[in-house]
This record gives sequence, structure tokens and C-alpha cells, in this order.
Amino acid sequence: MKSKTSENDAFVTFDRVQKSYDGLSLVVKDLNLSMPRGEFLTMLGPSGSGKTTCLMMLAGFETATHGDIMLDGTSINNIPPHKRGIGMVFQNYALFPHMTVAENLAFPLEVRKIGKSEREAKVKRALEMVQMGDFGGRRPAQLSGGQQQRVALARALVFEAELVLMDEPLGALDKQLREHMQFEIKRIAENLGITVVYVTHDQTEALTMSDRVAVFNDGRIQQLAPPAELYESPQNSFVAQFIGENNTLDGLVKEISNGMALVQLDDGKMINCNPVNVTKAGERTRVSIRPERVEFSKDRMEPGAHTLTAEVLEFIYMGDMFRTRLRVAGNDNFIVKTRNAPNQVQLEPGAHVEIGWLPSDCRALDA
Amino acid sequence: MSYTNEDGAMLTADGQPLKRSLATALRRQKIRALLLISPLLIFVLITFLFPIGSMLFRSVENHIVAEILPDTVVALATWDGKSGELPDESIYAAFAGDIQRAAITKSHTRVGLRLNYEKSGSASLFKKTARQAKKWDLETDAPFKEKLIAAHKGWGEVEIWQTLKTHSSRYTAGYFLNAVDMRKTQDGPEFQPENRQILIKLFQRTLIMSLLITLACITLGYPVAWLLANLPRRQSNLLMILVLLPFWTSLLVRTSAWKVMLQQQGVINDILVALGMVEETGRLIMINNQFGTIVAMTHILLPFMILPMYSVMQTIQPTYLQAAKSLGATNWTAFWRVYFPQSVPGIGAGSILVFILSIGYYITPEIVGGNKGVFISNRIAYHIFQSMNWGLAAALGTILLAIVLILYWAYDKVVGIDNVKLGG
Ligand SMILES: Nc1ncnc2c1ncn2[C@@H]1O[C@H](COP(=O)(O)OP(=O)(O)OP(=O)(O)O)[C@@H](O)[C@H]1O
Ligand SMILES: [Mg+2]
Repeated sequence: MKSKTSENDAFVTFDRVQKSYDGLSLVVKDLNLSMPRGEFLTMLGPSGSGKTTCLMMLAGFETATHGDIMLDGTSINNIPPHKRGIGMVFQNYALFPHMTVAENLAFPLEVRKIGKSEREAKVKRALEMVQMGDFGGRRPAQLSGGQQQRVALARALVFEAELVLMDEPLGALDKQLREHMQFEIKRIAENLGITVVYVTHDQTEALTMSDRVAVFNDGRIQQLAPPAELYESPQNSFVAQFIGENNTLDGLVKEISNGMALVQLDDGKMINCNPVNVTKAGERTRVSIRPERVEFSKDRMEPGAHTLTAEVLEFIYMGDMFRTRLRVAGNDNFIVKTRNAPNQVQLEPGAHVEIGWLPSDCRALDA
Repeated sequence: MSYTNEDGAMLTADGQPLKRSLATALRRQKIRALLLISPLLIFVLITFLFPIGSMLFRSVENHIVAEILPDTVVALATWDGKSGELPDESIYAAFAGDIQRAAITKSHTRVGLRLNYEKSGSASLFKKTARQAKKWDLETDAPFKEKLIAAHKGWGEVEIWQTLKTHSSRYTAGYFLNAVDMRKTQDGPEFQPENRQILIKLFQRTLIMSLLITLACITLGYPVAWLLANLPRRQSNLLMILVLLPFWTSLLVRTSAWKVMLQQQGVINDILVALGMVEETGRLIMINNQFGTIVAMTHILLPFMILPMYSVMQTIQPTYLQAAKSLGATNWTAFWRVYFPQSVPGIGAGSILVFILSIGYYITPEIVGGNKGVFISNRIAYHIFQSMNWGLAAALGTILLAIVLILYWAYDKVVGIDNVKLGG
């Protein structure tokens, strides 16, 4: 990441950025990030983790307390927001209520002193791009949430910004519309080749839309990786917990050898794990296993793999999936997901079963 | 089962027309709502609608002459006032009877006063005549023409009879004519003599000064409202207290304070002289004129401008300005194109409030306005307390009310009353 060439290729760079609002605590702590042109990057994280703050610093509405923010190689710390040329979609859309849709779209062009005929052509094209061609004469209040969303998107794109920021743009929409708009936004961003920084709470949204996801917590990026890597190989317990469903077992590292860690769980049982965040024997660790990677039948596990005995507590039929809650090594909330296939076993509460997994799916992370 | 009848109207499950059952259901709600507001309704009726109604009525009512001099009014009906000749004996006789009865019940002063509004000198004329008339014997003392003229030579002039005849009808437009500097004569309405024309000028002055006060309030209030809506909570609370502070101080105290500030030996002049900006001999005259009234009233009415502006501005989210800037607008463009238009309803609400309050304002112009800075309401008060011409006061009040309603209507036509927001 830090090599000379990637530094030069970067379109957006956060270089050791810190932010404090009150001078007492840091809301953003040492943020380093660099994005190539055309990337769709999502900031994902719990409430209060500093996502909006980062976006606001990039847009110029907040100043970084320390560090540099660079756009296309030049520092923008001292450039006022209206000269940055960054498009922005707000969570509540912020469409100007006293202007029609077309006037809203013409606004950024007017302030750029673009002639009337060119303006009209651009507005028309932008509205058609979001399939709102017939709505130019309406006021924002006369549009549905999804339509307002499209207009807000068109307005952020109409002046041909290369970088577009979106702060939870789909937060107010219902599930179906959300999914549809996720697809639309992705499609338009790809067609135009723009660089997008997208903020969301919703991990599914982050995983389905992004080239890379930055998981925020406590003012830091916990992991920055493409969606699959994030899900498959979380680098720490926070990411493992935050992305997707996750089972955890606490224990002590006994031995690390051949890229394999032997962990003694708190009830004394031993299991094999993939050492991700542990380096030496004697460390406490939290072991993470995805619910769909847990196996019941011996023949699907690696030869010689350790297995654990589990008591079935609850069986939930979910249509396409079965969800089984087990007690494993003192953890009452161990979830296993199995596909509803013809030969799949349906476990009865009270039954005792052997469970196991590929050691590579079982990751020993920080405690 | 079908839920419509042959006309296609919707029916409920038991076959009642849907509209009727809905109306029944709503009626009980309405009655309950009415009961809840009835104390207020009664209060408003007694304290607001009746007084206004009686004021409106007083401005056209003119029963005094007809009530106290009934026979005279009947007799005068046959007399041609324009002939320039005095009425004949029968009218004098009728009047003698009326004035004697009036003198006994002491109601002659009321007629005198009433006619005095129209023709000065009438009050004393009636007083003198009544004193004499008490001694007359109506049966034997005829003819009364000479007796009356002897009692007061005024009765030998045509004018008093013309005035009596002109103002004898039970209802009159006379007060309204007076209110616009005209008067009723036997030849129809005509303008008052030049030196008595003051009311139209006063109306004009009231409107123009109210307009200036409203503009001053907008100019001074807008930034304050903006700060109130945009400062951090703690500072804006403090500022809000400062804005509301005047409400907690007596109006009289505040106005008198302006007197202390503005007078020639007052604080402002002292400071200006001390700074050498004004000569000792050339101290500014800032009070007892229009300037004083505008300054003091702007100060007093400012909260009424700031509060509605503030409550509208509070609803304008800061993201609008951010959005405008992210779209490339400078601070000024963002304000002027995006923020300001959204704050107009607040300006509208504040302006209506301030303007209407100010055209009816009384205390402040009375104290700091001197002669040049008084409003029409001060004239109304004069007619109520001093000249006792309540009819004219009522007519002036009615015209003021009409002006407010017309302005309100015009505002609705031009700006749209939906554009007035007191918040929310
Ligand atoms: N203007 C501000 N003044 C002071 N503190 C602020 C301000 N804005 C945000 N904060 C604080 O900074 C922290 C990060 O806020 P931020 O809005 O960046 O979070 P976020 O990740 O966007 O959260 P969410 O998902 O809820 O939108 C929070 O603890 C918040 O209280
Ligand atoms: Mg946020």
C-alpha cells in the first residue's frame, strides 16, 4: 500500500489524518487510506465510528485536526468546499424544496456559469440516466423517497464530478427499493467511471456494492479489503463479529507450528486453528468460525481434525436454511447454518452431536 | 354481498349509506371537541366579538338626536333646509317641548355634545336654552320662535336647524366621512376645511411609519434569528433569553428608557458631545418626532419579528447549505439562492405580525412621538377620552380594521398565506 507507485496512482489519499471536535478525544485516529481512480469504496462501521466525519473532511465541511487529505495528488486541506468539485449525496437528500427537480439539477451548472442551452441538455441527460426524465417540473415534495434519491444522485453527477461521496444514501428506503437502488448506483458509477466513497451501516449493502470495504471502529480502519476477503479472512475479532454471522470460542494458544495453532478452549478441549492474530504460545485468543462452515459429518472434515461435542438447543426452520443453536464448550449461542438439501439431517433439541470444521476456516484472532 | 346501492354509493355492512354512518360517527367527535373549546369560545365572544361588534355598530349609530328631540325630528322632515329660511312656528314649538323634557331629564347635554362635533358652539347653545326652557309653560307661552331666539340668538340662524336636520337620522355615515376628513352637509358629503384635515394624513403617516418599522425589524432581526437557529445550543439559549428579555420588562419602562436615551440631554447626545461628534449647541433632536417613534417601536416589536423567523429558520437543515456548497456555490450564493428563499415564510409571518401590531400601537407613539410622531390610534384615544366623540373613534377603529384585513388579503394574493409559517 505504501509503495511509491501506488502513492502516485492514488486519486484520494488520507495521510495520517486525525480529527477531534472537542480537543479532548479523537473521533478519527490515524486514518490512512488511498483510493485509485474509479474505485467504489465503502466505509462501513457502527454508529459513532467516525464515518461521516471522514466524509465531511473529504468534502471540506470539517477540517482535519492533523494530517493531509489529498485529491489527485494535491493537498485539499485549504481548499473551500465549493472549489473541491466533489459531488455529494446526503442521507436526507437535501434537495432544495423551493426549486423544481430541473432547477435543482441546474443549480450546480448555473453557479459554474454554464450557458442555458448546454445546461438544459445536461440536466435532461442526467435525469434520463436515473430514469426521471418526466419529473423535471416537479417539486421534491411531490416525489417518493426513491425518486428523491434518484434526483439527489443525478444532482451529484450532473456537473461531472469525478469523485462522489454518499452518506447512507439509501438509509430511508424500504428493503426492496434499497436493493434496486444499490444496483442502480453501482451501474451508474461503473458506466461513468467515477470514484465513489460510500458510507453505510448495512454490511450486505457494503459487501454487494463495493470494490473495497473499509471497516471502521473507534475512529480507525479495522480492515480494508475487497468484500470476499473481508468475509473469508477477517483480520481481527471486531471485523469477524461485525461482518456476517460469527461464532466465537475463547481459549489459550498452546502451540503454533506449520502455520497451525493448537488452542485449548476454556473448558479444556483442544482444537486446530488458523493463526491470524496470534503469534506465540500462551496468548489468549478468540477463535472465530462462520456458521455455514461448521460440519456435522466426519467425512466432510479434514482427516485428523479435532472435533467437539455439542448439545442441540434449538432448531429453527428458515425455508432455504436450517439454523441450529448449539451449546459448544460452554457457549450457548453457537449457531450452525445448513442448507435445506434432501439429505440434510434435521437435529432434534437435546441430541448430542460431533461437530468439526476445516482448520483453515477456524481463525484464531485477538482476544 | 354487494356494498353499493343502485346509485353506486358505498354502503356499510348493515346497509346504511357509508356517508351517513360516517357523519354520525364524526358528529359525536365534533360535539366533544366543541364542548372542550366552549370556555374559550365564550371568553372570546364576551371579550372580543361583542366589543368589536359594538364598536362597528357605534360607528354608524346616531340615535341621540332622534331619541331626545323626537317631535323636532318629525317636524323638521317637512322643512326644506336648502331654502335658507328659518323654520316656522310649529317646528319651534315642537323643539320647545322637546328641549323642556330634555332639560328635566338632563339629557340636553348629550344632544349638545353630539351636535358640537358637527358645529362648534352647539353645546353651550343647548345648555343656555335648556336653562330657560325649564321655566316655560308649553300651553300658554307660545309663540316659541321669539322665545327661543331670545333665549339664544343661535336659534335665529338657519345653520343650527340645518345641522339638526342633517344629523337627525338614526344611522349615519357621518362618522366615517369625518374619519376621512369629510363631513356631511345638507348638500351631501364635502371635504372639511383645509385646517381640519388631519386624519388622512395621520392614516398615511401610520402606514408609512409602520412600514419603516417593519423594514427596520427585518433588517435587524434576520441576523439575530439566523444566529439563534445556528449557534450551538448553549449560546443560542443565552441569546434567546436576551431576545425575550424585553417581554419581561414593562412596556412603559422600556419606552421611558428610550426617552432617557434619546432626549437632548440624554445618554446618546451626551456621548456624541463627549466624543466631539456633535456641538454642545447642536444636540440632536431624536425624540418627540418620527425618529423617536421608529427607534422605540422597532426595539419593542423586534421580538415579534425574530421569533417567527427563528422558528422557520430552525427547520432549515444545515445540510441544504452544505449541499449547495458541495455543488459549487460560494457562501453568498448558497445563502441567497438556497437559505434565504426557505426563510421567506418566516419573514412574512414576522412582517405581518409587526406591521399589524404597529399600525394599532398607542403607548409608545404617545410617549415618544410628540406631535409629529403620533399614530392614528393616538387620535382614537383622544376621541374616546377627551373629545368624547366615540362615534368618530369607532369609525377610525373600523377603518383601521378594514385596512388590516385588506392588507392581509393582498398579502395572501401576492405571497400566499400558506407561505406564512410560525414554525414547524
Ligand atoms: N459536530 C460535532 N461536534 C462534536 N462531536 C461530533 C460532531 N459530529 C460528530 N461528532 C462525534 O464524533 C463521533 C463520530 O461521529 P460520526 O458522525 O462521524 O459517526 P458515524 O460513523 O457517521 O455514525 P453514524 O453511523 O451514526 O452516522 C461521534 O461520537 C459523534 O458524537
Ligand atoms: Mg453518519
